[in-house]
Amino acid sequence: MKTMDLQELEKRFQEKIDKEIKIEPNDWMPDEYRKTLIRQISQHAHSEIVGMLPEGNWITRAPNLRRKAVLLAKVQDEAGHGLYLYSSVETLGADREATIDDLHSGKAKYSSIFNYPAVTWADIGTIGWLVDGAAIMNQVALCRCSYGPYARGMVKICKEESFHQRQGYESLVTLCNGTPEQKAMAQDAMNRFWWPALMMFGPSDDESPNSAQSMKWKIKRFSNDELRQSFVDATVPQAEILGLTIPDPNLKWNEATGHYDFSPINWDEFWQVVNGNGPCNKERIEARKKAKENGMWVREAATAYAAKRSMKKTA
Amino acid sequence: MSNKEWPLWEVFIRSKQGLNHKHVGSLRAADATLALENARDVYTRRSEGISIWVVESNYIHASDPSDADSFFEPSDTKVYRHPTFYEVPDGVKHM
Ligand SMILES: [Fe+2]
Ligand SMILES: [Fe+2]
Repeated sequence: MKTMDLQELEKRFQEKIDKEIKIEPNDWMPDEYRKTLIRQISQHAHSEIVGMLPEGNWITRAPNLRRKAVLLAKVQDEAGHGLYLYSSVETLGADREATIDDLHSGKAKYSSIFNYPAVTWADIGTIGWLVDGAAIMNQVALCRCSYGPYARGMVKICKEESFHQRQGYESLVTLCNGTPEQKAMAQDAMNRFWWPALMMFGPSDDESPNSAQSMKWKIKRFSNDELRQSFVDATVPQAEILGLTIPDPNLKWNEATGHYDFSPINWDEFWQVVNGNGPCNKERIEARKKAKENGMWVREAATAYAAKRSMKKTA
Repeated sequence: MSNKEWPLWEVFIRSKQGLNHKHVGSLRAADATLALENARDVYTRRSEGISIWVVESNYIHASDPSDADSFFEPSDTKVYRHPTFYEVPDGVKHM
């Protein structure tokens, strides 16, 4: 085994992947596979954590106790998702705190959607429906990822996500059956979130050069455009039931392809937001940094207490 | 930074009485008490368990996957350990 050269190891690795054998933490893997996963899983973790901010902002302002309890449970789930993902990134030998520091320094990215503000209560329902809906589309595909710990984490996450989407949709059903003002508020949220939700699937296939390698390694199972199309196809009928209009004059059913056609995406906006110029980028990172700094004394106190207790035990 | 970091714990959960504890993932915590509480909050928000074990990851020793072929060879080569290896005459019942 030790005398095996790199080419042979890589060949065997790809054979395992082709045979749908999962890769586990201590198995040999190409450096680039490890790096790709560390980047992807840590960015996924950051998205879960940053994603708590726009919704967390509405917990104290939820319109009733039921909605408040639901929102609290959802946001708590997102914290859990972040934690499952940070622990799976650690299985690849990454330093958890270093990946978090990369988020804080701006080196690591997270889903661009969370750089948009949640300005009305209808945004909360819309986030659950569209943003969690788009995330589910992505995450269901990741349940079959070739890296075992990531795939297993995704299975657990997907089980929890479906309530996120349903509670959002239910909240919108209520608004859409409410007063004209409530309906208008729902439509306004839809108008602002539709395009950013479609951007969540990432650049179109001809603009994402790393996709082919990720597909070959079965980190990814479907291309960005395929997932985006599935999302549009699933979501349009749901919007119709709500009586909401999708803000795209070119959206129409295509009999020949069996899919909905839609307008080209404004990639300029996407890249602006990814590169730090979205409406809330600075605010989000500031909030995360503050959380770490202001929580540091708790970490230190817990460490000191644990040290003191173990001293007593050995004394 | 890493000297301030809490140790890593592996989490095992018994989902219901009569089943064994199963590995579900890991987390960081300052000590065992906090590791158990964190494990409850992170891994059992929907009644996934009735009992949790946490073990500091440092104390886990694992077999080496690159030696798996030779390490597990003794069991792979002994087909006679399986009941299907043996032939019994037709008509023999309860065996
Ligand atoms: Fe999530
Ligand atoms: Fe979610």
